[in-house]
Amino acid sequence: MLAMNYRGPFRVRLDQKPYPEIKHPNDAIIRVTRSCICGSDLHLYHGLVPDTRVGMTFGHEFVGVVEEIGESVQKLKVGDNVLVPFNIACGACAFCKQGLYGNCHESNSQATAVGGIFGYSHTAGGYDGGQAEYVRVPYADVGPTVIPEGMDPDDAVLLTDVVPTGYQAAEMAGIQKGDTVVIFGAGPIGIMAAKCCWLFGAGRVIVIDHLDYRLEFARNYANCEAYNFKSLEDPVLFIKKITDWLGADACIDAVGCEAAGSALQTITGRKMLLQAGSATALHWAINSVKKGGIVSIVGVYGPTGNLIPIGNVVNKGITIRANQASVKRLLPRLIDHVQAGRLDPKGLITHRIPLEEISEAYHIFSAKLDNCIKPVLIPPSAQR
Amino acid sequence: MENTPTNYKDIKGWGIDADPENDPTYPIKNRTDEEHKGYNWERPAQQPVDIEVLQSNERPNVTAVFGTSTPPSGLSGEIRRFAFKYSEGSYGHWLPLILADRINVYEGIIDDLSSGRVPNIFAERGWTAEWKYNREGFIKKALAGIVIGSFVVAALCYKNKSKSHFKK
Repeated sequence: MLAMNYRGPFRVRLDQKPYPEIKHPNDAIIRVTRSCICGSDLHLYHGLVPDTRVGMTFGHEFVGVVEEIGESVQKLKVGDNVLVPFNIACGACAFCKQGLYGNCHESNSQATAVGGIFGYSHTAGGYDGGQAEYVRVPYADVGPTVIPEGMDPDDAVLLTDVVPTGYQAAEMAGIQKGDTVVIFGAGPIGIMAAKCCWLFGAGRVIVIDHLDYRLEFARNYANCEAYNFKSLEDPVLFIKKITDWLGADACIDAVGCEAAGSALQTITGRKMLLQAGSATALHWAINSVKKGGIVSIVGVYGPTGNLIPIGNVVNKGITIRANQASVKRLLPRLIDHVQAGRLDPKGLITHRIPLEEISEAYHIFSAKLDNCIKPVLIPPSAQR
Repeated sequence: MENTPTNYKDIKGWGIDADPENDPTYPIKNRTDEEHKGYNWERPAQQPVDIEVLQSNERPNVTAVFGTSTPPSGLSGEIRRFAFKYSEGSYGHWLPLILADRINVYEGIIDDLSSGRVPNIFAERGWTAEWKYNREGFIKKALAGIVIGSFVVAALCYKNKSKSHFKK
């Protein structure tokens, strides 16, 4: 089968790889019909996530058709159209039972700090991902969800990560009616988080980024204010000024380890790898939120550590909430939002690219070419 | 001194201000304290361990399922095995993994060459997209590369010439 093949930082290609096998009685094999490149895939692509091995296939956002099932699978049948949450969850451990499906304890031998994730390095379990024609999906009775009749596959594929992560970012921000929420990052997650803040009753939603085309997109898609930090002398000071000098009620870090905006963070985090990426967005979030406010983090950081103003967290009495999205927990609500027209996930998709052009797709997304917001990959077998 | 377990419920005032209604929102919204019972849930069936799976030393076993993407191999694999002797809280774990990743890139090139394939770095980096959507930037980068390359070659030639002159 055709599959994306990681060859090193900034180098990927499409290769023939063996068809995946059922390895466990509760496995399923899915024929992929749509997969996305996620902003967090770029952290792998840029070589920032430890234990990313040459030869791996990335891709944790995908939908497809059940091709084969293991002997214990009961909830799926061959031919079902399914969306597959990005987290691999057993549904049986103490954490899954509490709805923490992003923190499963039975899906990642290589690290306890993160559950298994499709196509996201061996630090996240060493599973090949969905940027391929076929993919092995463990715990088929737990994660995969049959796509509701009539739902557009482009909507469904964004329900595997982008929508739940954006929604959970807003949920974790503890938004009360009328609150001002500042979101750092106008990528797909930041834009979706901005959209979701309204669902929780925000009174003002502000997005900060440095790419004008993304800010314009966010303004139109999420009905929010959007500002380019390059045109602001000091983004933290700007937020203080526009919030009557008190700070935002909640701030969301939707950027993670590749934030721009600080030479010191960029050099030490992204160039020299002296910290787990650049934590500029988190810095700004902590410093922009009001005393007693909440900082919600969904941006991805590496495991080693980052320079952040933890003293300000203490002195301002900030609550920090963070997690990988618990996709399975959120899906029923989010499917309802999509079907009711309150959320329009496919509106984020700007590029539909054949899987065969995987190298170009990564470069377009990474280099922010052609006003790219969200690229979707279509495998050649998707039309069968 | 021996640590003797205490029955915490006998501690004066224990739990007097506990307020289950004050449980915060997600991530512990649906808190059941299941983990207080320890690692004793009914585990899913074990995937046969028929490849090498590196295991965090912060857990007692291999997870019920695991990925089989790319088992450790070669020099990078040796370094990864070394890294897994250290816990996830240790730089001894992560820094060797980062080193292994970089070595693995060269191993990948050697693998390609040994199987008769010359990796097309230009294509793998998706530069046709750069040419299509950012031609000016592409040309600038190419020119910068040529200038720097020429400078390096010139510097090396000059160095070699100086050496040979010195030998005379």
